[in-house]
Amino acid sequence: MSNRVINWFRYASPQTFYPLAGQLIPWFWALAALFGALGLTIGFLLAPTDAQQGEGYRIIFLHVPASWMSMFIYLVMAFWAATGLAFNTRLSGMMASALAPTGALFAFLSLWTGALWGKPMWGAWWVWDARLTSELILLFLYIGFIALQAAIDDPRRADKAGAILALVGVVNIPIIYFSVKWWNTLHQGASVSLTKAPSMAAMMLWGMLFCALACWMYSIAVALTRVRTIMLERERHTDWVRALLADKE
Amino acid sequence: MLRLLRAVISRDLRLAMRRQADIVAAMFFFIIVVSLFPLGVGPEPAQLRRLAPGVLWVAALLASMLSLPRLFADDHRDGTLEQLALAPQPLGLIVLAKVIAHWLVAGLPLVLLAPVLGIQFDLGADALVVLMLSLLLGTPALSGIGAIGAALTLGVRGGGVLLSLLVLPLYIPVLIFGAGAVDATVSGLGPQAHLSLLGALALGGVFFAPWPTAAALRVALE
Amino acid sequence: MHWNSLADFLAMGNHGLYVWGSVLMMALLMLAEPILLRHGRKKLVARLRRQYRAERSEARRNSQANPGRSKD
Repeated sequence: MSNRVINWFRYASPQTFYPLAGQLIPWFWALAALFGALGLTIGFLLAPTDAQQGEGYRIIFLHVPASWMSMFIYLVMAFWAATGLAFNTRLSGMMASALAPTGALFAFLSLWTGALWGKPMWGAWWVWDARLTSELILLFLYIGFIALQAAIDDPRRADKAGAILALVGVVNIPIIYFSVKWWNTLHQGASVSLTKAPSMAAMMLWGMLFCALACWMYSIAVALTRVRTIMLERERHTDWVRALLADKE
Repeated sequence: MLRLLRAVISRDLRLAMRRQADIVAAMFFFIIVVSLFPLGVGPEPAQLRRLAPGVLWVAALLASMLSLPRLFADDHRDGTLEQLALAPQPLGLIVLAKVIAHWLVAGLPLVLLAPVLGIQFDLGADALVVLMLSLLLGTPALSGIGAIGAALTLGVRGGGVLLSLLVLPLYIPVLIFGAGAVDATVSGLGPQAHLSLLGALALGGVFFAPWPTAAALRVALE
Repeated sequence: MHWNSLADFLAMGNHGLYVWGSVLMMALLMLAEPILLRHGRKKLVARLRRQYRAERSEARRNSQANPGRSKD
């Protein structure tokens, strides 16, 4: 048991994590491409037309994975934040800041695809639906996190401040979601719900699942790539970075 | 422990009294922002009555945020904060005292001013009472949540704007239940459900927020 | 295969604008992000290499200027 714990902490040092991440990245890209090809083929070529929403429903294969990822990445960020505060590992903070831009990207994509879906279904680009509104607030939370980290020069302080903010955010997200939902039901929101596709054929579910997996693998690949850059930048005064960059000269 | 709370609160109040201009300015900000809305959307009483809860609440939210950057900044500059962090008493408790002091200076005056501004928006007597009640319950939560943002941005460049970026999304539940309570009264539904949820938020905001705030202060002091 | 012709596929039952607008934006951003990352990384590596070279040549110059120092 204790052996395993030590093992995990060994990988938490940037010096060992950097080459490991470099080896893993191509695999995650390959998986992302594979799942993406499967998901898009099923979703856009094979899946039947939806009885109620026609062909426009196919946005679901992009919208739902993007929304899922935006929420999931925030949770993962909060997880890294918590481990960073608990064990004071350098890798945790770097992972959290590497994930944030990708999370924000997916939050934005979720809003974009949601708007493009809402126009034909609801007749409006933007509806103050509980889910869309919460997604917008989630984007604000991501932007706050990124802005806070960008404003603090000392990386260790930036990591810790960001970690506290991420944890406060993750505690607040359910409260925010509940309050927005409450507000929405009081003001009689949209009658057609976006995610309640009337008759989800098995084919559609598979398409969505593969697309979500593709987004997941993409996120890991991108986050690992970004964390490697962050490591080089922050550890530029260490011997291992010097040796690494000198090798390829 | 109560002695400590009282000591920090009275000290912060004394300091705030020396800078009354700041408090007055925040109150006038509240009044001006609220008064701009009828000029922007037109003076029809029915429309104003519908807008009143949201407008008053958003303005109160912004006004209570104005003084947040100073919550810890002055103590940070003269070294008091470091002394407080080294004190044997938990830092969270000291933060709690500062949050209460902030509320007394920046929240309570809003509660007292709000009914006067509510009259401008043609709100009825019962709506005015609920407006005051909702602000009374909601503004402590604003001070508590705001303290987290103030601690995180302590000594950071561009702190003021950044603070609003961090804090405003977290204010949303308070805004929804606060404005919702008044809205429910205006439209004839009871405000009880909103008010009790607001009370829960206030309790959570005041008693849980000081701990992440204390953690953030320690990070800033490192 | 669900579609009869390419035109059908592109029209998406009159929802082409919305569907392809979503696809395009998603593809654009999910391509742009890794490309920007790659670019940023290349710039960083080049900068660090320049910096290291400058430090090395400075160290060499210092040791040539006062050869006694390099011994200890």
